[in-house]
Amino acid sequence: MSTAAAGAVSSLVLGGHGIVMAIVLPLVMGSVLVVLEKFKSRWVVPLSVGATLALLVLSMLLLAQAHSGHTQAYLLGNWQAPFGISLVLDRLSALMLVLMAVVSCGALLYALGGDHQRGEHFHSLFQYQLMGLAGAFLTADLFNLFVFFEVLLAASYGLLLHGASRARLRASLHYVTFNLVGSALFLFAVSLLYALTGTLNMADMAVKLQQLGPQDVRLAQAAALMLLVVFAVKAALLPLYFWLPDTYAAASGPVAALFAIMTKVGVYAIARTTALIFGAGAGVEAGSVAADIAGMAMPVLVTLALATLVLAAIGVMAARRLRGLVSYLVVASAGTLLLAIGLGTVQTLGAGLFYMVNSTLVAATWFLLADRISAARGDVDMLRPRVMAGAWAPLGVAFVVASVAVAGMPPLAGFFGKALLLQAAALTPWAVWVVALVLASSLATMVALARAGSSLFWKPATETAAQPPLSTSGGMSASTSLNTSATRPVHGIAIIGLLITVVALALLAGPVNGYTEAAAQQMVQRQPYIDAVLGARPVPAAYDVRKEMHERGEFK
Amino acid sequence: MNSLLWLALLPWVGAALVACMPGTARQAVAILSGVVTLLALGLVLLSAPAVFGGEVLRYSVPWLPALGLDFGFRMDGLAWLFALLITGIGALIVLYAAWYLDPEDPAGRFFTFLMLFMGAMLGVVLADNLILLVLFWELTSLSSFLLIGYWHHRQDARQGARMALTITGAGGLCLLAGSLLIGHMVGSFKLDVVLASGDLIRAHPLYLTALVLVLLGAFTKSAQFPFHFWLPHAMAAPTPVSAYLHSATMVKCGVFLLARMYPALGGSEEWFWIVTLTGLATLLLGAYVAIFQHDLKGLLAYSTISHLGLITMLFGLSEPLAVVAGVFHIMNHAAFKAGLFMSAGIIDHECGSRDMRRLSGLMKYMPFTATLGIVAALSMAGVPLLNGFLSKEMFFMEAASKQAQGAMGWILPVGATLAGVLSVAYSLRFIHDTFFRGEPVDLPKTPHEAPFFMRLPVLFLVVLCVVVGLVPALVAGPTLAVAAQAALFGAPGQALPVYKLAIWHGLNLPLLMSAVAVVGGVLLYFGLQRFIDLHRIVRLPGWINQGGRDFFMALQAVGVASARGLTGGLQNGSMQRYLLLLVLMAVAAGLWPFLRPGPSAQAAALHLEGLDPAMALVGLIGMLAAVGTVLSYRSRLVAVAMAGATGLVVCLTFVWFSAPDLALTQLLVEVATVMLLMLALHWLPKDSPSERTGPTKRWMAWRQWRDAGLAIAAGLGVTALVWMVLTRPSVSFANYVLETARPLAGGSNAVNVVIVDYRSFDTLGEIAVLVIAGLIIHALLAGFKPLPASPAEPHYGGPEAGRSPLMLQIVARLVLPFTVLIAAYMFIRGHNLPGGGFIGGLVMAIGLLLLQMAKGQHWVAERSEIDFRDWMGYGLLVASAAGLGSFYFGAPFLTSTYDYPWLPGVGGVPMASAFVFDAGVFLVVVGATMVMLLGIARLSRPAPGRAR
Amino acid sequence: MLLLLAIGIGVLTSCGIWLLLRARSFDVILGLALLTYAVNLFIFAMGRVKVNAMPILEGAGPFTLDNTSDPVPQALVLTAIVISFAMSAVLLAIALRARSETGTDHIDGQERK
Repeated sequence: MSTAAAGAVSSLVLGGHGIVMAIVLPLVMGSVLVVLEKFKSRWVVPLSVGATLALLVLSMLLLAQAHSGHTQAYLLGNWQAPFGISLVLDRLSALMLVLMAVVSCGALLYALGGDHQRGEHFHSLFQYQLMGLAGAFLTADLFNLFVFFEVLLAASYGLLLHGASRARLRASLHYVTFNLVGSALFLFAVSLLYALTGTLNMADMAVKLQQLGPQDVRLAQAAALMLLVVFAVKAALLPLYFWLPDTYAAASGPVAALFAIMTKVGVYAIARTTALIFGAGAGVEAGSVAADIAGMAMPVLVTLALATLVLAAIGVMAARRLRGLVSYLVVASAGTLLLAIGLGTVQTLGAGLFYMVNSTLVAATWFLLADRISAARGDVDMLRPRVMAGAWAPLGVAFVVASVAVAGMPPLAGFFGKALLLQAAALTPWAVWVVALVLASSLATMVALARAGSSLFWKPATETAAQPPLSTSGGMSASTSLNTSATRPVHGIAIIGLLITVVALALLAGPVNGYTEAAAQQMVQRQPYIDAVLGARPVPAAYDVRKEMHERGEFK
Repeated sequence: MNSLLWLALLPWVGAALVACMPGTARQAVAILSGVVTLLALGLVLLSAPAVFGGEVLRYSVPWLPALGLDFGFRMDGLAWLFALLITGIGALIVLYAAWYLDPEDPAGRFFTFLMLFMGAMLGVVLADNLILLVLFWELTSLSSFLLIGYWHHRQDARQGARMALTITGAGGLCLLAGSLLIGHMVGSFKLDVVLASGDLIRAHPLYLTALVLVLLGAFTKSAQFPFHFWLPHAMAAPTPVSAYLHSATMVKCGVFLLARMYPALGGSEEWFWIVTLTGLATLLLGAYVAIFQHDLKGLLAYSTISHLGLITMLFGLSEPLAVVAGVFHIMNHAAFKAGLFMSAGIIDHECGSRDMRRLSGLMKYMPFTATLGIVAALSMAGVPLLNGFLSKEMFFMEAASKQAQGAMGWILPVGATLAGVLSVAYSLRFIHDTFFRGEPVDLPKTPHEAPFFMRLPVLFLVVLCVVVGLVPALVAGPTLAVAAQAALFGAPGQALPVYKLAIWHGLNLPLLMSAVAVVGGVLLYFGLQRFIDLHRIVRLPGWINQGGRDFFMALQAVGVASARGLTGGLQNGSMQRYLLLLVLMAVAAGLWPFLRPGPSAQAAALHLEGLDPAMALVGLIGMLAAVGTVLSYRSRLVAVAMAGATGLVVCLTFVWFSAPDLALTQLLVEVATVMLLMLALHWLPKDSPSERTGPTKRWMAWRQWRDAGLAIAAGLGVTALVWMVLTRPSVSFANYVLETARPLAGGSNAVNVVIVDYRSFDTLGEIAVLVIAGLIIHALLAGFKPLPASPAEPHYGGPEAGRSPLMLQIVARLVLPFTVLIAAYMFIRGHNLPGGGFIGGLVMAIGLLLLQMAKGQHWVAERSEIDFRDWMGYGLLVASAAGLGSFYFGAPFLTSTYDYPWLPGVGGVPMASAFVFDAGVFLVVVGATMVMLLGIARLSRPAPGRAR
Repeated sequence: MLLLLAIGIGVLTSCGIWLLLRARSFDVILGLALLTYAVNLFIFAMGRVKVNAMPILEGAGPFTLDNTSDPVPQALVLTAIVISFAMSAVLLAIALRARSETGTDHIDGQERK
């Protein structure tokens, strides 16, 4: 496999610092952009695009490295774990990185069509958003995870508010408040875990949690469950997803597209912590603290995920606006993913990861597409017939392809993802429920999309002519929708590009699924992760005062 | 390259090419589609020798191994027969459509969809893998959706399309579930394996489930009762589409699946009962309803339903010969039904109407078409010398000879005969009403013959009907043999039972049944004509004709309405509800472990050791202040003051418990926060309205108590947690930090060392958050003019606030240098004593801000050039640079080191490289805090008129 | 003393949560402020608290958790304080702007019946 060679090359090129560069690159570029944006430099756009593309390349190289299956740890500040903060690159985190990079390229490209000028500091916020995401995917330290959650949330507040309209202000008031409370809960949980295990390093915690005395068990369980609640907020799990539809529907097209990866952060965090720390992974002796936690959390997770899936499908059917519909599609995919995690077998996890790749790309495409469609209809995304400006055939084709992809219809990858999941779920006690509800929800989605498409593209506007200009809450407000109707090449390129990745995913289903299965395997195998982190040793630096002092014996 | 693969791919290629052509090139697209179809047909014919030689053609490459999915095709007799029908009739349809379509219909789109559909159909029949079959199955649903909705300006077209998609799509999902189940039983999705392991499947406990799921797929697709209703509404499609979908392809998917899966699923009791009865019901219902249709296509649609029922029933009988008959009827029905649809289309095209109440005596105007139509209709009626007769004869034979227990013994033959009577009747009506019976009634056009190329396909098919009818064994024999063999056994080898394709089997029961059918049919039709004028019947009792549709529409309406109700009810946009749910979840998560059985979480007995009266008093004051904040929340200035007091107590707590850095930081942040709140209050109402007003007063009161209850519960929980932790021995890696902070990190203020060295990465992220916050606030508030808090209030920044007292200005100016000094001092000593980048930065920022405030709101407001945004950027760059620097020493990011540079006069001062990092922090903190505070302070920029 | 600390944190939490659940953006912000105090003290307490044991490593060691308070939670608190300060400033700005755009300071951006 040539990826192995690529892996070797990349580690040569990056000199082992590639992991941290995935975080530092957007940080530095973002900071440069802050200054440039203040002085209205014309280098802003080229630099921003360059930075994002560079991140894409970097994450691909990292994927090539991770593909070998070797879990790689990076000791920040050259402090041995658990005393410092460590980053870890494995198949899962590499996959998330690439996914993020691809989606961000599409979103940024699209934003260049005009959205990025609707307010200040779009590009620096965009880079910080990427920094936060990358950090969340790579860190192996719970408190550091909190910090990066804050970074990515803060950036997302800024991007959501970009080009503040009344609808966006309303939505962000909710979004910010809700997440601030979530952050408070995060701190409660993390510090409680620290109090019990005396560590923040995930690998170390996975070990320490096993050694807790009986008197600490319940405290640990409480902390773990609270932490999972926090992640459930990000992952949009019932009953904590209600903030999502309004928020995503209010965001501008490209921002919503970027947000498609945001729910996945919560999903990732749940998957990582349950598999590594909270006993859903392999090699956890039954009856141990961790095993108990998994035993408590997982059934609840499956139940809530199924409920989320059903309610999301109902929400899709209920949608009056295209963006609302798409937002509920995001919730539905989150539900399906959490279902896969909750079922917790290697097969379901592998299927879930494969499904995640598809659903993330599709969701991003959908938000861009919805933005174009409403723009072509005079910034109205109400699901009612209206006269379409310009040629609507391309939009129609895109609509059909995207619908097929998102409803899990053949021949696109969504179908494979669902089929794989059902096949894997058939071996779990939940089989009947999973099969019935997953299929029912895809039917509902299909019907709803057929209705939406029929009224968007087929129904002549004359049939329901003379409709009042619709209120813009949920859509774009007049103040921000200036000259967005103008479709520019970049719009098309972004949408088509993402659609191509979606189709390619179906054609390359075999290899991609091979990778996701391997990632799932690696995810549940805790020991290699633990060894990689706790086994990593500080490098003897070329100029290291500490070494010298050791030699001089000034430090016993 | 493999011809089978080509055959499967050709239509898709064609679709792609057609789609790329300009919509104006009408001829071109038609010709291209025709060529593609003929090529496919050619490939089918080329593969004939091999297939007839009894071998099974294969092509397969793995696609998604984990799912057991191959991109594989497999052609045996059955697949060959269907491929022939699909491509052969497809070719005729293309020719026909080329002349049928109006100039204003977008031909390009039509042929693209048609090619897509053809590709999907070929995929279904050629798939060598259940999953692949399902994949193409759903594709037929999707592409037929597009075809049926082709005239999308028409409401009925849109409805019909959505109905078809919903029903057949749902069936497809059931089929998927069934296939997964079968794969689960057999251990593979490969058809060869599945078809070979029929006994295993039938013996499996899950057999019935799998059977029902698969049959649901087949019945929905083949419009079997009670799912039949989508088919008549699909007639809103252009006639070529109907002719294609409802004769040879779409609806044949279902019966194809029955034939295909017969070796795997067929032959059991369950199969017999479900399939036979469904078939019989559909057969009778369709035939009965067909008689009462006025629309030509309506009549044909219901007759199609009825004939599909017939075929289904044949497979249900589970007799080898019945299967043969079923396959045979599939061929025959395809031939005459396609012909009939096309002639109906011609009539519609040339007369502008399909209403049999207006069409009459067309024999005179279009004898050619009429003759073709009549022959085809007779074949449909099962009149001797035509192909329909033969298969119907076999059907009667099987129905009569089936050894079924009890009532079924006579129900089957009687039902069959009755169906025969009905079908003769509706065929007769089709002929008599359309081509004879006087003159047409006010047609939009004067009828005349259609162009030759529109009639050619019909002619071809009718000739086929006659030839097969006359010399069946010669023409259809071999094809039927291979197809039936494949359907029966799924693999070459076993021999077919003996049967004879001939017109004359001698005087026997089936012949009698046919005779009864013909005579009875004639009597029935003319009797109906005579006694109840069929034309008077506006429509049948709702449930038969429209019931399905009405039910479907109602279901959909109710579904959407209730979905909206539920969604709107849950996600009602109330933050208070969402937060309540979040807090509830959190409390539940914290509480649950303590409600389960398990080892007790030994909490130490409550005690007040080491109680220091003074500090205790302070603590009490803090708590009272917190409660005061709550009690006074409606008058906001008071509440802010209370909260500030609470904050101060928090600082003192930090001091008391030996955390000087926290105390300092908390204090400064406190000052900044209170400043922010005070500034903000200029733009917000000064007090909260009472919640306990209006009609919902009582409910609001209850809600406040409910929230209080929840809040107290959470508080108690937190208290318990803290108490349990505080009374446990400390477990932490911090000992290592304390040990190494000085020797390894060169700092004696452990806290500062941790944030700039051990966990400096956290700090990096944290200052990034500060920067982001600054950017957001700037983007939100720069150049934004807020409403005054309330109309009554004077605009803030009016004269009274314009200039602050001289005293304050002087003080501030005096203070500034000290602030700078303190800030610098705090910053430098940070690594060893309480202080550091944050504290220094905050001191600096607050000092600067005081100065500016002292100069008066306007002084600040009017100097927008005071912009610290770039400080933030530089700060982050400095911090990052400090981190990247360590690459130079081959050390990981943010590795710090230190030395004792010799300063003249001072001597060796400890200098850690983390110091550079801390400098970045300092810059960011100053920049961000200034941007935030100024951003809000600037809001009071006076209206241009009042600028001074 | 410890008990007092525990109770204090609990009281702060309760007050914060109750204010959080009110309908006006400013009240919610106040609630968040109180909740933040609670969180900071909570993190701090998770490192077990000591009197007269500043983590300033002056003079002769050895310094251990027996004679010095745990610096790590203190560092975490520092981070938390700054982040929450930044975030509440952002929320405040949003509230200001929303109040002007929507004409109400209701947290939902519109008065509810």
